[in-house]
Amino acid sequence: MVLDDPTTRPAPRSRARTDAPWQHDVEQDDLEHIGKPIRKVDARSKVSGLTRFADDLTLPRMLHMKLLRSTVAHAEIVHIDTRQAAALPGVKGVLTGKDLPIPFGILPVSQDEHALCPDRVRFVGDPVVAIAATEEETAWNACRLVEVEYRELRTIGGIHEAAANDEPRLHDYGVRGNIHRLENLEFGDLADGFAKADHVRQDTFFFEGNTHLPMEQHATLAHFDKDGKLTVWSSTQTPHYLHKALARTLHPLPAHHIRVIACPNGGGFGGKSDPFNHEIAAAKMSMLTGRPVKIALTREEVFWCHRGRHPVLMRAKVGVSKTGRITALDFHSYLDGGAYGSYGTASTFYTGALQTVTYAVDNYHFRGARFFTNKAPCGPKRGHGTPQPRFALEVQLDKIACDLGLDPARIRLDNLAPRDSLTANFLRIGSMGLGTCIEKVVAGSGWNTRRGKLGRQKNGRYRGLGLACSSYLSGAGLPIYWNGMPHSGVQLKLDRSGLVTAFCGSTDIGQGSDSVLGWIIGEVLGIDPLGIKVVTADTDLTPVDLGSYSSRVTVMTGNAAMQAAERARDIVADGVAAKLGVPAGRLVFAAERVFDSEDPAKGMTWQEAVCAAEAKSGTIGTVGSYSPPPSAAKFRGGGVGPSPSYSYSAAVVEVEVDAETGIYTVPKVWMAHDIGRALNAAVAMGQIEGSVYMGLGEAMMEEMAYRDRTHKGNRIFVHKIPSLLEYKSPTTLEMPEVVTYVVEDPDRNGPFGAKEVGQGPLLPMMPAVANAIFDAVGVRVDEVPVSFEKVFAALQAKQAGKEPRFGPANDATGVPAVDFGESLKIKTPWQGGDGTAWNEPKREKKAAK
Amino acid sequence: MLRLPTFTYHRPKTAAEAVRLASEHGKEAMYVAGGTDLYPNMKRRHQVPTQVISLQDVPGLHDVEVHGSGGVRIGAMVRLTKLEHHAHLKQHYPGFAHAVREISTPLLRNMGPIGGNLLLDTRCTYYDQSHEWRESIDFCMKKDGAICWVAPGSPRCWAVQSSDTVPVLCAMEAEVELVGADGTRRIKCDELYRDDGIVYLTKRPEELLTKVFLPPPGAWKASYLKLRRRDTYDFPILGVGACLWLDGDGVVTKANVRLGGAGSYAIPATETEKLLVGNQLTDERIAAAGSAAMKPARTMDNTDLDVYWRRKVAPVYVARALAACR
Repeated sequence: MVLDDPTTRPAPRSRARTDAPWQHDVEQDDLEHIGKPIRKVDARSKVSGLTRFADDLTLPRMLHMKLLRSTVAHAEIVHIDTRQAAALPGVKGVLTGKDLPIPFGILPVSQDEHALCPDRVRFVGDPVVAIAATEEETAWNACRLVEVEYRELRTIGGIHEAAANDEPRLHDYGVRGNIHRLENLEFGDLADGFAKADHVRQDTFFFEGNTHLPMEQHATLAHFDKDGKLTVWSSTQTPHYLHKALARTLHPLPAHHIRVIACPNGGGFGGKSDPFNHEIAAAKMSMLTGRPVKIALTREEVFWCHRGRHPVLMRAKVGVSKTGRITALDFHSYLDGGAYGSYGTASTFYTGALQTVTYAVDNYHFRGARFFTNKAPCGPKRGHGTPQPRFALEVQLDKIACDLGLDPARIRLDNLAPRDSLTANFLRIGSMGLGTCIEKVVAGSGWNTRRGKLGRQKNGRYRGLGLACSSYLSGAGLPIYWNGMPHSGVQLKLDRSGLVTAFCGSTDIGQGSDSVLGWIIGEVLGIDPLGIKVVTADTDLTPVDLGSYSSRVTVMTGNAAMQAAERARDIVADGVAAKLGVPAGRLVFAAERVFDSEDPAKGMTWQEAVCAAEAKSGTIGTVGSYSPPPSAAKFRGGGVGPSPSYSYSAAVVEVEVDAETGIYTVPKVWMAHDIGRALNAAVAMGQIEGSVYMGLGEAMMEEMAYRDRTHKGNRIFVHKIPSLLEYKSPTTLEMPEVVTYVVEDPDRNGPFGAKEVGQGPLLPMMPAVANAIFDAVGVRVDEVPVSFEKVFAALQAKQAGKEPRFGPANDATGVPAVDFGESLKIKTPWQGGDGTAWNEPKREKKAAK
Repeated sequence: MLRLPTFTYHRPKTAAEAVRLASEHGKEAMYVAGGTDLYPNMKRRHQVPTQVISLQDVPGLHDVEVHGSGGVRIGAMVRLTKLEHHAHLKQHYPGFAHAVREISTPLLRNMGPIGGNLLLDTRCTYYDQSHEWRESIDFCMKKDGAICWVAPGSPRCWAVQSSDTVPVLCAMEAEVELVGADGTRRIKCDELYRDDGIVYLTKRPEELLTKVFLPPPGAWKASYLKLRRRDTYDFPILGVGACLWLDGDGVVTKANVRLGGAGSYAIPATETEKLLVGNQLTDERIAAAGSAAMKPARTMDNTDLDVYWRRKVAPVYVARALAACR
């Protein structure tokens, strides 16, 4: 469905440069800073070690806090005795669940966590007692003196167990038993879609959980001062949500007495997006002791915080025509949520949301179930809920191409979702550069001549190529809590010295969001971006930005910054116009000057311009804000998936397999990413390479594996390898050569046409690796990670004449039997649907605040 | 991992003083060479010596001496980086030099000396964990507990020999010098180790390993092949050390094959050795010898990667290590 006439869009500015990696496509037109590889505003502090992360902070009289965590996977707390611990010299404060009775959670629908467990522990690592002391070692020693008596409960160890055991329930909310969420959305006419298919395939996939593994371990410093004001410095991606959680759990402390400062994050990747128990406990401890309190988590504790990739079982049935055109998709996902809700409701929907954004799917049925289990809670990790179904879909398309004797690249190009269209599930696609992305990586990798022909190498190993694609959001269309306020705000202050200060709640987690503010404002005002002072992520000083998650900052903060800068430019233009006697519309802002476009010599320096404007209009300050366009999806669950725009990625991965052992390497990756427009090509490429790296880790080795043993009648269920050495993640030696293509298909909703960068390119890595293994040695691994032993097992099966595959049972036994109930039925746009479900019970409409 | 616990740091100036300090403090004392093994263990509270005796000031432990015969004497405090780049070792002991290069990362090799690598603590995924993690499984017999989690019915600990140099040095029949309170002794490298995950050394705690002796080059060739997930950092989940003595016709006259990472010590692959002696190194003979290797191995589910896979690919690795001796 075409929303507007493509001929009215600005003419595409792409130039044909098919063989130019490390180049980007959009002509620079007259832009001064945008697109240029300017250094980040914080780069020199970072590389010289001067950046102060949360754990670098100290305050006079500061105490150190440690948490005593549950050593059992599932139990009721019968009794806690902290007397000996409290008596240890140096101990200044002890907290238990009684002191923090108010539950919290990132989503309003799952307020199911406590800073300290009051009566029940749900995984090994759940915090029970907090102790602050003058020395960290003392606090740790004191924790060892606490006696906790548990009454153990049956452990729920995974998806199948949770589906089979309604009791004991981990939580007394949710759908039933240990099912947290059930979703069932049907778009179009599935029966008709499958009837039209010439070929139908059904496959079962499993994607094991993995974690973010940021270099910086979470740390928090809290100080409740004598004036009754609380300040919390923390390694968080979402200071606004942490502020809300503190205001809730520390009630009756007024929200406006709480200040949250997000320190620069040493990596986040989604793992610092939840408000955390240690943050709340540190704040409360400071209120109790009247002294600053710091907690710095150990690496093991970061594994307990987790909120990483959900383990997901998937069963997908797809129908295609003879030419490979998709006619229907029936997709089931089963998520292992771990012990708490976290972002899980959104994660569940995300396993079904974006399948339709890459390829046109006329009829689509999605069923998703999320379970509570006794594991560290899962949540959002780079790609949030979409890499798992993306793996399934991209491997399945590869199999279909194989079944039909089609080129896997061709089948994708033939199925591309059209630009400027609505999908079956009412997501609005704007610019869409996936076709270009595929063409780039196909050309770069020599796909057409090399695929299927690499075979055995001189060293006895086998090479193969695999291709896969993806899409990702440029920020979520809806906020996490229902409200009608902007998603991002920027304030600008212009000073007589010529200094421009930008205030914004956004948080730089290493992705460069502080720099994005500088580049955009610098471009609009014609001044050096590195001369702009950027003040971010401080709830006392900066207007709200919802946080650094779901790739929202460049588009949302960027648009807000642009609006604030344009308003400032108008004020300055007004002052300069009056002084020069030139119409404001003729003024140009560039090269630190404001001048007459018809007589460039006539003008003044930026600083003089600011002074002229302040003299005319008074103190200069402007604001800008941004809210995403309203969603076309009106059905329940339609709030997850809409975004101002979607990025696209395509990858070709080359592998080399040792067929005797299953050991393989990835020598080279070609990755193309349509990001609308690169605000800074160098930083964008860094994000893309980072995605390749992280995706490679998920593809090859990373997994949140659990030890499952029985001892003295009790079940022991604990993360197998919570350490940087033994939780395997790639090193520089595993990192392949990467050829990066920045594809620019400008989008009307982005600042200067920019879209998301850096989450999308993670997604194709896992399926492209699996597809490349198939190309090399003819076996399928339908599981992530595609580890050596799985490749080996599939090779052994092939040798024995069995199905050359490793993965979950590809029949009804592969997934749990779950009654999803009646589906919400939604007519697609081409059926005349209006975005509502025709069988949905009427809901009371909540008023926006 | 926690920060280091409090301890007293000693810097004795002679080997005798070091041994005296160690004897005096008994179980409270441990030697530290490079610290790349001990300090992480202390941070996990596996080893909690209150007296840490540094060997960095002890003279005579820091040199590599090449004898007229071509044999080499290596001081226990010689850093692995130095051995890795040593011209004589690279030329005449390529198998050993390769094993050194396979240890962890350049940063770790800059700190870690050969002596520490020979005495590396045995490893186990039930043991190399934080105190809290081990508490959650009620600990294990190697530290603070009573059970061996890998083999719960077993009376012994099955922690894994994880040094890269040990299998090849044992195969080469290298020797080591130990200095104790009542004198100095020189033993075969093989004799330094015991088949036990806890008491994995025959050396008394206060005895100081001071030197390693490599036999002179001759009609033998040694190799080392390491199986692990990543080509850096990771400890071996199989480390094949092979040393073959060949006559003029390429017939094996003697064979030593040691399997590291497959049990609590570098296990001799005796069947493999028997299949090799008296035969030429044909592809078929090597494959057969590889297939026989794992009989004595004690590969268990206490390292990285799947235990069944490790057993299955081991013959391939043993065969490749043997082929490298051709």
